[in-house]
Amino acid sequence: MKVMVAVKRVVDYAVKIRVKPDKSGVETSNVKMSMNPFCEIALEEALRIREAGAAAEVVAVSVGPAQCVDTLRTALAMGADRAVHVDVGAAPVLPLSVAKILKALVQVEQPGLLILGKQAIDDDCNQTGQMVAGLLRWPQGTFASKVVLDKEKQEATVEREVDGGIETLSLDLPAVITTDLRLNQPRYATLPNIMKAKSKVIKKVTPADLNVELKPDLEVVQVTEPPKRKAGVIVSSVDELIDKLKNEAHIL
Amino acid sequence: MDRRRASQLLAGYRQFLLGRPTLSSHEQSISGSYSKLNTWRPCCMFRVSVGTPQASNYLNLGKTYATKQRSFGSAATDIPRNPAFSKLNADDISYFRTILGERNVVEDEDRLSAANVDWMRKYQGSSKLLLLPKSSQEVSKILHHCNSRKLAVVPQGGNTGLVGGSVPVHDEVIINLALMDKIISLDKINGILVCEAGCILENLSSFLENEGFIMPLDLGAKGSCQIGGNISTNAGGLRFVRYGSLHGTILGLEVVLANGTILDMLGTLRKDNTGYDLKHLFIGSEGSLGIVTKVSVLTPPKLMSTNLAFLACKEFTSCQKLLLEAKRALGEVLSAFEFMDSHSMDLVLSHLDGVRSPLSSSLYNFYILIETTGSDETYDKTKLEAFLLRSMEEGLILDGVVAQDINQSSSFWRIREGIAEASVKVGAVYKYDLSLPIDQFYGIVEEMRNRLGEAATVVGYGHLGDGNLHLNIMTTRYDSDILAQIEPYVYEWTSKHKGSISAEHGLGLMKANKIHYSKSPETVQLMVDIKKLWWLSINFKANEVLTKKSQKVVVKEAAAVTRAYY
Repeated sequence: MKVMVAVKRVVDYAVKIRVKPDKSGVETSNVKMSMNPFCEIALEEALRIREAGAAAEVVAVSVGPAQCVDTLRTALAMGADRAVHVDVGAAPVLPLSVAKILKALVQVEQPGLLILGKQAIDDDCNQTGQMVAGLLRWPQGTFASKVVLDKEKQEATVEREVDGGIETLSLDLPAVITTDLRLNQPRYATLPNIMKAKSKVIKKVTPADLNVELKPDLEVVQVTEPPKRKAGVIVSSVDELIDKLKNEAHIL
Repeated sequence: MDRRRASQLLAGYRQFLLGRPTLSSHEQSISGSYSKLNTWRPCCMFRVSVGTPQASNYLNLGKTYATKQRSFGSAATDIPRNPAFSKLNADDISYFRTILGERNVVEDEDRLSAANVDWMRKYQGSSKLLLLPKSSQEVSKILHHCNSRKLAVVPQGGNTGLVGGSVPVHDEVIINLALMDKIISLDKINGILVCEAGCILENLSSFLENEGFIMPLDLGAKGSCQIGGNISTNAGGLRFVRYGSLHGTILGLEVVLANGTILDMLGTLRKDNTGYDLKHLFIGSEGSLGIVTKVSVLTPPKLMSTNLAFLACKEFTSCQKLLLEAKRALGEVLSAFEFMDSHSMDLVLSHLDGVRSPLSSSLYNFYILIETTGSDETYDKTKLEAFLLRSMEEGLILDGVVAQDINQSSSFWRIREGIAEASVKVGAVYKYDLSLPIDQFYGIVEEMRNRLGEAATVVGYGHLGDGNLHLNIMTTRYDSDILAQIEPYVYEWTSKHKGSISAEHGLGLMKANKIHYSKSPETVQLMVDIKKLWWLSINFKANEVLTKKSQKVVVKEAAAVTRAYY
């Protein structure tokens, strides 16, 4: 069985982001980019599934500009067997477009399991996994905090972190799983794996090759920073506090 | 020069080195954990290290100090209190209040107890007064008054030093520069930063990063140490291998001398060959010649791409070869080359939370951290990976990991920077900071392990790229028997191999009387002479007419500085 993992190249989690002066988006030039943390967890899970013997191959996939190749190299260095890069140029792609591309790729590669991170840290959409599952008409287990694969029965038991607690689902494969933070701790890229990665293949395709038309339905109008938090005020007496609550905060 | 005379000189040197607080804040835990450690500290402003001076007050008198109270410590540095120094009285305090205002003259016991003890909790002074000046003029007035009243003072910054130089020996007045934390200017083209000495290193780094520059030095104590202290101790740190010493990156200083004279050497020029470059005397003199109040630093541009690799080696010879190869293969992008032994790794893993080893096996003997900083990420990464793969094929590295994002880099650095913090958690730490020739580098660690056996845990780590070993010997409590096994053996061994007994931490109280292990008697004599002349020149104007009798008195007083205590 093949496991396909979709990874995204995003602004590094630890970077202090800034909004571009023209408010069209976040500053991404000259900023460190790396693999989305949730995607790392997804890849780690796929690797563990392969190591447990439930899968034969892990394919990493990324949709984005030319530099996505770096992210795919990281995926290969972590242990993925091969990678596919869908080059969409510099324009940002929205979750629905990515979902359509992934659907086309799934139809080509025929994996038994598609694993993604639950959301990307740059747009926080949390949509791609669910959309792909809908388009493919596959079962989905999102926010997975534990995944157990049963090879013979071809089903996956997924524990999901939901607001009320943990929900356990049983999914028939093929299925889509999106990963949450507590699923696992991703491995580091070790030198022997980096060495092996040099001989691994990154296949390049375009949306046209997959017969997918990318038509953005959404337009980003403006991106602004959240309002700066105002400093607190130390009041000198209870009367002053009541006065402020009445007249300034309008609570009393 | 015979041994007796040499030791007299050394004792004299020790005298005027005492009470200078300046600490190199290397090997400090990272600021967050550092402040957690000192929960007894009510106010974090005392955590800054500043090196400053006060020696002249010290110099004025040639008497002996009463026995210093010391919690525990390294070797015999019991210095009796010098009775020539006056005691504080109410007039002094009210005078200080008129200069500094009520709030910045602190007699509160809690704050004083914090300021009286060093970060390692090895040295404790008994000062009764803490002063917080806000400007060079205030510092000048304080020192002028202390000089005339013969009051001993101790300059203090972040108090993160490791050799007991930032806390009073006895009851010196503590002058803490924490309130002098203004950034004065930044030349955005050349990256020349001018700021006051009380600025915390991490704050300067954050400010500079916004402008596209970085500080040329970086140490574990950055959250608390002050730049004045870094300068007074000639701090080295993690970026030394790339950006060099503070002697190269500091362009100018403003220093207040013991008699209150403000010496303005705050140049912002890269080149200025007009006369003796006196700022170099202040850099690293641990506050014995003046209090640094303003600083002008040449800051390197911030380069976008950083790569970090965590590697494992089997023998120390592999580490040495790796260093050479790294310097050749990585060349201009190499920005850090740190090493730690397997014992340090075990220490960190067992005492710190949320830390995991990047390498799966624990069979390795030595770990190396290599960092590259450059302007092109892909290029640097390719260069680094090619170098690492080659080294692996040659058998220099057994295994290694390359950080893929900033989180992973921080976790690797956390391991290396956390060794000092983890050491303190064991109980008692004897810390040694040695510069050794590369082929002798690890020998002392193995020697000490053999010598102490089960009695102590010995770890070695440090800036291999600079030839600087940090040796930590840990036991559950401080014990003079263990100490006797360690000292003076460590110093003798270092001296025999022509190393330095204090690579970057400075001498402070801990090693003042050990200077002879690394400096010849003639050199020490010259230092003493300089100090004497300095004192003479600032206390007597050039055109003052001295009668023969008064000349004799002056010379005698100056000589008293170097008189032995025993």
